[in-house]
Amino acid sequence: MHRTGELYGQFKTLDQQKDTANLGMWMFLVTEVMFFGGIMLAYTINRHVYFAAFAMGSNTLSLPAGGFNTVVLLASSFTMVMAVWSAQVGKKNLITIFLLLTIALGFVFFGVKYEEYSQKYYHHLIPGKHFDIDFCVNNPSSCSDISPEALAIEREELEKAHVADPDLNSHAQLYYSAYFGMTGLHALHMVIGVGLLLWLVKQSLAGRFTPEYNNPVDIVGLYWHFVDLVWIYLFPLLYLIDRHK
Amino acid sequence: MSLMSSQQPSITSRQYEMPEHNYLNGTYGIRSWLLTTDHKRIALLYLASVTFFFFIGGFFAMMIRLHLLTPNGYLLSPDTYNRMFTMHGVAMIFFFLIPSIPAVLGNFLIPLMIGAKDLAFPKINLLSWYVYIVGGSFTLYSMITGGLDTGWTFYTPLSTVYSNSAVAPAVIGVFITGFSSILTGLNFLVTVHTMRAPGMTWFRLPLFVWAHYATSVVMILGTPVIAITLALAAMERLFGLGFFNPAMGGDPILFQHLFWFYSHPAVYIMILPAMGVISELIPTFARKQLFGYHFVAAASLAIAVIGFLVWTHHMFLTGQSTYAAIAFSFLTFIVAIPSAVKVFNWVATLFGGSISFDTPMLYAFGFLGLFLIGGLTGLFLGCLGTDIHIHDTYFVIAHFHYIMVGGAVMGYLGGLHFWWPKITGRMYSEWLARLAAVILFVGFNLTFFPQFVLGYLGMPRRYHMYPPEFQVYNVMSTAGASILAVGYLLPMIYLVWAAFFGKVAGPNPWPATGLEWKTPSPPPTENFEVTPEVTWEPYDFHNRPDLGLEPGNGGGHVIHPAPAHGDD
Amino acid sequence: MQSPLPFFPEQASSFANNVDTLFGFIVLTCVFFVVLVAVLCVFAMYKYRRKRPAEIGDTVNGNLFLEIGWTTIPLLIALLIFAWGSVIYVNFRTAPADTLDIYVIGKQWMWKLQQPNGRKEINELHIPVNRNVKLIMGSEDVIHDFYVPAFRAKMDVVPGRYNTLWFRPTKVGKYHFFCSQYCGTNHAVMGGWVTVQDPAEYAAWLSGDTGDLNPVSAGEKLFAQLACNTCHIPNGSGRGPSLNGVYGAKVLLADSTTVTADDSYIRESILQPKAKIVAGYQPVMPTFQGLVTEEQILNLTAYVRSLQTQPVPAKGAGIAPVTTGKK
Repeated sequence: MHRTGELYGQFKTLDQQKDTANLGMWMFLVTEVMFFGGIMLAYTINRHVYFAAFAMGSNTLSLPAGGFNTVVLLASSFTMVMAVWSAQVGKKNLITIFLLLTIALGFVFFGVKYEEYSQKYYHHLIPGKHFDIDFCVNNPSSCSDISPEALAIEREELEKAHVADPDLNSHAQLYYSAYFGMTGLHALHMVIGVGLLLWLVKQSLAGRFTPEYNNPVDIVGLYWHFVDLVWIYLFPLLYLIDRHK
Repeated sequence: MSLMSSQQPSITSRQYEMPEHNYLNGTYGIRSWLLTTDHKRIALLYLASVTFFFFIGGFFAMMIRLHLLTPNGYLLSPDTYNRMFTMHGVAMIFFFLIPSIPAVLGNFLIPLMIGAKDLAFPKINLLSWYVYIVGGSFTLYSMITGGLDTGWTFYTPLSTVYSNSAVAPAVIGVFITGFSSILTGLNFLVTVHTMRAPGMTWFRLPLFVWAHYATSVVMILGTPVIAITLALAAMERLFGLGFFNPAMGGDPILFQHLFWFYSHPAVYIMILPAMGVISELIPTFARKQLFGYHFVAAASLAIAVIGFLVWTHHMFLTGQSTYAAIAFSFLTFIVAIPSAVKVFNWVATLFGGSISFDTPMLYAFGFLGLFLIGGLTGLFLGCLGTDIHIHDTYFVIAHFHYIMVGGAVMGYLGGLHFWWPKITGRMYSEWLARLAAVILFVGFNLTFFPQFVLGYLGMPRRYHMYPPEFQVYNVMSTAGASILAVGYLLPMIYLVWAAFFGKVAGPNPWPATGLEWKTPSPPPTENFEVTPEVTWEPYDFHNRPDLGLEPGNGGGHVIHPAPAHGDD
Repeated sequence: MQSPLPFFPEQASSFANNVDTLFGFIVLTCVFFVVLVAVLCVFAMYKYRRKRPAEIGDTVNGNLFLEIGWTTIPLLIALLIFAWGSVIYVNFRTAPADTLDIYVIGKQWMWKLQQPNGRKEINELHIPVNRNVKLIMGSEDVIHDFYVPAFRAKMDVVPGRYNTLWFRPTKVGKYHFFCSQYCGTNHAVMGGWVTVQDPAEYAAWLSGDTGDLNPVSAGEKLFAQLACNTCHIPNGSGRGPSLNGVYGAKVLLADSTTVTADDSYIRESILQPKAKIVAGYQPVMPTFQGLVTEEQILNLTAYVRSLQTQPVPAKGAGIAPVTTGKK
């Protein structure tokens, strides 16, 4: 369908076009809820059955890293809101600035996540043949990033966990399957979100967004907030299962 | 009786010209098709692709039936046989039945029926076809390279650990195709909400649109769940995650729960649109408003909602808790009621009508009979006491083929015959079409009715060989399948022929009341010259002088005399 | 004996008649509705056939009482069938107390069945007539399903858990059983025969010499093969506790709790030795997960059970009151 100005051919008015796009994004978010819901259900059932292993797995995550990333994402939601607001009031330069800030915060998140993932790799916590929940305790020299005190606590926790769950290693591996599955899926959504933001930056630099027409900013904003919200669920589910330290 | 004299409506006896500008001749070349955002052209792309998968699946079905002609099955090796029935199921369910009516007829008709120029998101519509093609390619790749022998249900740990076939590409293919379905459903929902023409209120929507609305709800709520489940299964197969693997502490029953949470509602993705087609056909060919319009519309929504609450009736014998089984059996009986309400309303519509026996109506009658049998035999399976015996036997096979083939495919073919003059602008041979309809009806019953008996006798499904006492019914079934094959080839041939050489049909050959019949056949690219305004109730023949019919004495009632003038 | 076109399989269990009666009732319900709809349709097709090309129908488009009627009546019939079926199902899932227990292991693509006295069969099951039989079923690989059409009984056999299936055969004879859950290549040949015999005949069959080791001897042999006997020395001098007299007794654990040494404790100790450490012993026993089959565990358990009557050593026993250690 050909386009007249900002109005696509299948629509009669800009209002109709806007309502349609918003409704479409909300419907899409509904499917996303079901999508994450499936893996969260698998997580919840296994966490219930193998609580000790899941708690142990959770305690090997870095709470400061997860907490920091939560703050980063909340901040990025704020800058996204500001970008939407700037579009609505027609401050064209501010749109671009806030969009770029949002992207920057997204990259900070990726950076921290990359650090966390690579640490898990060196600690033999990637599900598969080499998975070994006891690796760091048994090979302290390979895990120099963990302080001896923290390692001592971990050793104690591991001993208890081994008693509570004789097959700790495979069940901790289930935890890490859930961890990588859920955070990986979330990170994939972030990547797509950053792609959309870059596209918005291009449009914004071309000056396309006006108080009358700013719907793309609006619905990408919806998406971005949803992805943040998912993290708000993932953080306690994965990092805060059983913190006694 | 159904082959009585050919009573063509007066309008079709007139000579028509093909409209000068239509969606088929606006632009030419392969690019204009592959990059089109016109919902009508995308519908045709889908038509070609689902037909392709239908014949692939049909070929597998034919191999299965030929192999089962003798108890020891000399035709195929066990592994090949297992691949045949698995790939038959995968091709037919994920690549034919689920997209068939929504993506072909729904895509073509929903904007026309509600008076819109296109769907809400034309580019996403095209994207969904490409996603379908990518998913289909993965699955074809799996079929060609290693085959697939897990059964279409992909039960773990057979699929994730023990199978030696190309499971991963097939699962990834189905996963990808799921997104095509999600995008289509999303597009339909939004379109129905925001794109209706002036005067097209919710309760003036054709029931075809209501049915697709309900279907879309199931698509967007259910499909993501199967997507994530299959993604986990694929990762388990490729990287050894353990969610569904008992050897690692996982639970294979969890896979079944997640799988059926989608795959039971998916049955309604397949049958609801067919019900929508029947709700169009019966009023048109009985020339009478549909009986109980509101109840039929509500029944569609009720089926979509309750359909989400019955999934463990596929799992009564996995050792699940007795109480859960009783609760789900109860809900299963509840979901049967809206379907019964629909059947009664369709039958009631016939009374006082003026019934003709054009081909689409033959399909509608065929649907009524076969869907009725399919639905009623569901009682045996939803009922805990009898399910113990017939679960996982040929009784199940017969039951769901009555719903899927007798219901969904009959509805699809009925719809194709009904709207073919709208899609192509030309009529097919009525005589051949009626013949094909009758062949299909006979062949279908001969194929699948014996399987009910086989199932009750205790023949389990997915068997490449069977005790000799089951042979008689298997021979009957194979004979029926051969007839059925002819029945499916016929429409393929004469419909394609008609698309090029058939008699020009004119805008409203039957005539019917929907908005899609108020525009030329085939419609112009923008669907309507001017946006239509709706001032009449759905399926109302009495206040429609434009149809050229005489209101009056169908069934002896004379009501609302209105001037009959024949020009459109 | 059989007609060329049979409709019902033989009835050979206490369930068969109940299931068939309900089946018959639903068939009648279906026939009633199919005939009703067919008659209405054919009548309408004739009476309301189009007589003139331009004719249209009347304006009737609904009737609330009809809608209520054809919602309620099918609902009531559905609920009746639901209730009736649920009663049968609850009976089917609730095994009586006095059953003859038979262990069943499904694996790709065969069934191994074992009588209480240890007699083993492959793809054959002998049972006495008119006796409640309970199958306790596990799988070594994928999901299977044990199905005897003549008994109208079936149940999935799921890896990682035990499912049970009970029935009461009522007629002497030979009946097919099948695997009814698709399980891979030879799914179709994973079946065999159930032979229902007179009690006397069954007893004779059961005592017949078949060359099978009884579970105790098989377990003893395995105990040596797996080198269990190098640690679990009967006089209590080994790295593991003596197993004499352990079965059925209380065992003192390292965390000062006690546990009764029953079948599931022994199973767990073989598969997950670190789960419960006997007081006074080190957790040195390796896991036998993946090294022993379900069937071998049953044999080992039977052997440990046979040591119940052996003299318990003063030092190194596994039993609670004595100061002692790890199995």
